[in-house]
Amino acid sequence: MVLQALRIALRSLKVNKLRTALTMLGIMIGVAAVIAMVSVGTGAQARVAEQIQSLGSNLIIALSGSTNQAGVRLGQGSQTTITEDDASAIAREVPAVQVAAPSSRGNAQVVYGNLNWSTAIQGVTADYFEARDWPVDVGRPILQEDVDGATKIALLGQTTAQNLFGDADPIGQIIRIKKVPFTVAGLLSRKGQSAWGQDQDDVIFVPLSTAKKKVLGVSQANARSVGSISIKIRPDENMTDAETQIRELLRQRHRLQPAQDDDFWLRNLSEVLQTQEESSKVMTYLLAAIASVSLLVGGIGIMNIMLVSVTERTREIGLRMAVGARSRDILTQFLVEAVTLSLIGGVIGIALGVGGSNAINALAEWRTVLAPEAILLAFGFSAAIGIFFGFYPARKASRLDPIEALRYE
Amino acid sequence: MDSSAIIATEGLAKDYVLGPHVVHALRGVSVAIDPGEFVAVMGPSGSGKSTFMNLLGCLDTPTAGRYWLDGRDVAGFGRDELARMRNAKIGFVFQMFNLLPRTSALENVELPLLYSGLPARERRRRARERLAAVGLADREHHHPSQLSGGQQQRVAIARALVNDPAVILADEPTGNLDTRTSVEILALLQRLNRDGLTIVLVTHEPDIATYASRRLVFRDGRLRSDEHVTPLDAAEALKSLPEEEEAVA
Repeated sequence: MVLQALRIALRSLKVNKLRTALTMLGIMIGVAAVIAMVSVGTGAQARVAEQIQSLGSNLIIALSGSTNQAGVRLGQGSQTTITEDDASAIAREVPAVQVAAPSSRGNAQVVYGNLNWSTAIQGVTADYFEARDWPVDVGRPILQEDVDGATKIALLGQTTAQNLFGDADPIGQIIRIKKVPFTVAGLLSRKGQSAWGQDQDDVIFVPLSTAKKKVLGVSQANARSVGSISIKIRPDENMTDAETQIRELLRQRHRLQPAQDDDFWLRNLSEVLQTQEESSKVMTYLLAAIASVSLLVGGIGIMNIMLVSVTERTREIGLRMAVGARSRDILTQFLVEAVTLSLIGGVIGIALGVGGSNAINALAEWRTVLAPEAILLAFGFSAAIGIFFGFYPARKASRLDPIEALRYE
Repeated sequence: MDSSAIIATEGLAKDYVLGPHVVHALRGVSVAIDPGEFVAVMGPSGSGKSTFMNLLGCLDTPTAGRYWLDGRDVAGFGRDELARMRNAKIGFVFQMFNLLPRTSALENVELPLLYSGLPARERRRRARERLAAVGLADREHHHPSQLSGGQQQRVAIARALVNDPAVILADEPTGNLDTRTSVEILALLQRLNRDGLTIVLVTHEPDIATYASRRLVFRDGRLRSDEHVTPLDAAEALKSLPEEEEAVA
């Protein structure tokens, strides 16, 4: 019976090709818009997710904080309050912590041959690269022996390597940092931009001990002090709980009274990005909502055409009833017609949407991600529109009085 | 009650409510039609003959009275039951032919079978057979617009026959045709009648009614006269009519 109705529907759609095409156009544009817009939104989300990945999604950074000296509050990092010992204490005493890597950072002019480049010099321990999920591309990483022995080796970020060596192989070459010669031991893989647009690859890593002695200098107040600790939390642990435990531990180690401010900062980087991800999600929903409006308008177009079609075919409906069609048969016929119209439009719309999304990707170089669920949703939605907007005209047709309908001019 | 009758009505009445007025379109008609009769229903407009035909055709339900079609009392039937009766027992022929446009003759003839749940092969076979019976075997794939008026009406008659109905109800079947084509159509109906088919034909033209064997005349919602007559033979009448080229519509 449905197959029969489908045949009848297809024939009646074929009879009026232009009208069918125009009606489908509404649904086509609607479905295509939903798919393309959602793919743009999903693309933006995927970018943010990748940034989180590149940063290490479960990273907490402890920074030296402000101090309060006789009522004068100095700014962040005004005193180097956190130390290498804090780092080992965190790694030892907070179970949720996978690794805690102390590091210090400064800027210096670096010279290789007749080229020079000002870049960030970061003194790190062997754990740092694990904490940041940052593997070595070529050469070897900084090892515990390098830190213990204060060897003069350096690991280059991609940007720095490009600026000092161009395309030449930097491994084994000698560079001078503040006139101190360092051997390039390795080249790190590309990390990309940080969440706030900083180039993370413009950096040179040296062993923490070497950095203190030869490049950045040792703090007068505390030789063990460092600029920051990168703390990686185990994958299944709760970030907020871990942060609280680290804060408690550091307050205790720094002998802070309950009334005193923290003399350090804990920055949970994933929070920043999660906010961004949240906002790009909202953008996706917004785009989808706007595109849905065109789908709705397409649906109203179908209803419009179906109503016209019912009026135009009143005599046909009367005849079908006279030869034995029940109300149900007429209802099915017109409903199937509307659903066929919207489904064919939907399928073409999906093709257009996928094509459009790829075109945006290629031409605008705007990353798009095709979500299969968005395609399924658009398809289901167009079928639902066919049923919803086809029902009223179909019911109107099925309730016609056969005598009136047969006489209709 | 005559139990052999294919159509029997008893005090059949129909009122229409038009605003504050009640129109008594049919005021109690009792009639019995036996299988194999060829009945002409006549009367001026407003006489109630159309209302009577709508009731016979199961397109409408009576306000009062009873109606037996092929032994079943259909007066109390609902919409779907009436549709089933129309599908199984009645073949309609209309003045305007009412063929589906842009649809082949064969598919037009098949239409009633779509609603009786026959398999496609059987539908096709029966439609072919009926189309051949009305002399249009070579026009199966023509669309109505490619057929003359007479041919279109013959397709409509084939459609009315396709379900092996108990009765053919023809409402002014020659109203849109010229004289010769009208007589041709009547000759076809007479031939089918001689083969045993019951036909009820509505017309306001006395000429057309002369080809039927019984004449019912309606006036003011009542049956005025009911007489059996000797019909003219349409095939004979055709011989005395001048030959004409059938105009292709």
